[in-house]
Amino acid sequence: MSRIDAKFAELRAAGRKAFIPYLTVGDPDIAATGHIVLAMDAAGADIVELGVPFSDPIADGPVIQRATDRALRGDVSLPRILDLVRWIRDRSDIPLLAMSYYNPLLSYGLERLGRGAADAGLDGLLVTDLTVEESGPFVETVGAAGLNTVFLAAPTSPPERIAAIAATSTGFLYAVSRTGVTGQREALSADLVDFIGLLRRSTEAPIAVGFGISTPEHVRAVLSEADGAVVGSAIVQEIERAVDDGCGGTEIAERAGALVRWLRGAAEARPA
Amino acid sequence: MSTARKGHYGAYGGQFVPETLMYPLEELEAAYNDARADPGFRAELERLLERYVGRPTPLYHAERLTEAVGRGRIYLKREDLNHTGAHKINNCMGQALLARRMGKKRVIAETGAGQHGVATATVCALLGMECDIYMGEEDMRRQEPNVFRMKLLGARVLPVAAGSRTLKDAINESMRDWVTHVRTTYYMLGSVLGPHPYPEMVRDFQSIIGREARGQILELEGRLPDLLVACVGGGSNSIGLFFPFLDDTDVRMVGVEAGGRGPALGDHAARFSGGRPGVLHGTYSYILQDAAGQVVPTHSVSAGLDYPAIGPEHAALYETGRIRYTSVDDRAALEAFHRLSRLEGIIPALESAHAVAYLSQADVDPDGVVVVNLSGRGDKDVAEVARIEGAGP
Repeated sequence: MSRIDAKFAELRAAGRKAFIPYLTVGDPDIAATGHIVLAMDAAGADIVELGVPFSDPIADGPVIQRATDRALRGDVSLPRILDLVRWIRDRSDIPLLAMSYYNPLLSYGLERLGRGAADAGLDGLLVTDLTVEESGPFVETVGAAGLNTVFLAAPTSPPERIAAIAATSTGFLYAVSRTGVTGQREALSADLVDFIGLLRRSTEAPIAVGFGISTPEHVRAVLSEADGAVVGSAIVQEIERAVDDGCGGTEIAERAGALVRWLRGAAEARPA
Repeated sequence: MSTARKGHYGAYGGQFVPETLMYPLEELEAAYNDARADPGFRAELERLLERYVGRPTPLYHAERLTEAVGRGRIYLKREDLNHTGAHKINNCMGQALLARRMGKKRVIAETGAGQHGVATATVCALLGMECDIYMGEEDMRRQEPNVFRMKLLGARVLPVAAGSRTLKDAINESMRDWVTHVRTTYYMLGSVLGPHPYPEMVRDFQSIIGREARGQILELEGRLPDLLVACVGGGSNSIGLFFPFLDDTDVRMVGVEAGGRGPALGDHAARFSGGRPGVLHGTYSYILQDAAGQVVPTHSVSAGLDYPAIGPEHAALYETGRIRYTSVDDRAALEAFHRLSRLEGIIPALESAHAVAYLSQADVDPDGVVVVNLSGRGDKDVAEVARIEGAGP
């Protein structure tokens, strides 16, 4: 059982839901990322998503594109990212899920990735542009190394695709809240309840919802249906503001932690 | 090409996209399969290609160029004579009819040199569809006349300021738009790139080049050519010429990539000599990337060849050795641009000039028959060439 599995089991037993913040690794530098993750842990994050920067992030909106640009000014290759995971692991047991595009992983080598990631203490991987049809080699190597392989289900996925995705995804199922790239939205999709209902009928695994969730109200709404809420761009934007304000790593971490605490509070609050 | 798995060419191709795009791709594939089996669809496409685009394009024996090269008999497949001035419209016309058949009212496309953007804007005007074109800011500067043409045709041109501000970034932005407006929007991809079914569909629409050339050369020479030459950016004009000859094992084929400023990573767009397999824009193929798997900037004097990946079918044909790939640099392409202009009165696109430039190193018997794909005309490049050479024309 991975740390991700254990976390969802623990939360479920306690009648609680998961709050999952995302950040781009290396934004503004790797050392800062380490501090931010620890601050998120201290602020009540249940799982942290580590975004692996890629030069061509086709699924990401402007906020994460800018974070990617900042990160790629430094060395954010897989060996450095695994060093970061090791550094965090020495200080925290928080479950870590890496979210990447496929090419940096292929370039590093899937066998080497599976071994290296498990050894460093990473708990799972989600590949934004890897469909279940193409996922064989990835699941066989990374999954066999003991890591969760998390897949996305989209509002456009027909039932038969959802069944295949649910059968391949381990740890949890990541539901994309609406069509589009990552980024903040004013309102959540009205069809979200139906979509999560459809996913529930296909899987017993926990369901976490991401894309476009940025306010305590969104978090509360999502968690009334799903088992977890992922918040990315809102947090990355706060990191960006802190960078623009000239903050150093610990200060950026404090501000990101404060935002996580505020959003996490919503996850605990009972709907009125 | 045998496709053991759907949309794969040997180890290459496939569908590497965010899940949101998978159902739209399945829908597109089903619609395309349905359309190509429909005689009515094919007849309308043929009618428009003949009466609107101006096909068939001539296969022209370039005698003065032949004399200058000093061997063989060189024919130019005159795709520059298509309406809008390049081969791109062959694909756009097919996809536009498909988009209309699918009930899509809005079309988006990326463009590098602007030729695909102009062709897309043209067919959208013809069929009364809303049209948004993504174009990198650097390409908008280099191909300013085409930006104006697209606007004249009623399209919106959306500048892309991210990354290298070229074709690669325009595709990123198009994919983001598509993933957001997927239910209403048709993505008219301009080359044999991207996720299945695009590489196959675009190849099919462009194969009219090779089918015509095959019939024309048999009529003119009474035999098949010895050598086919075409430039390769994403690879649509080249696969269009080559594909109908693939089973003719005596016909040699050379794809010419952009050698740019030189062989250092970042200075060219020669994917086979400088790249390795990876995933970009939905497909597994050869990519110019650094040691960490980040896609690197490319350089070519020609915006249409300035792209870090190559169509997946080319990757497979490279590995089997059926097609040979080489590159010529900016300087040689510019020389060929002038050479063809002066010798034949044809100003070629800088892309096509790469194919013409290759002729000086081509291995051809004295009586060998060569067909070069003149994929586009060079009007769009005149101002940029004048700028580079520091003088008016």
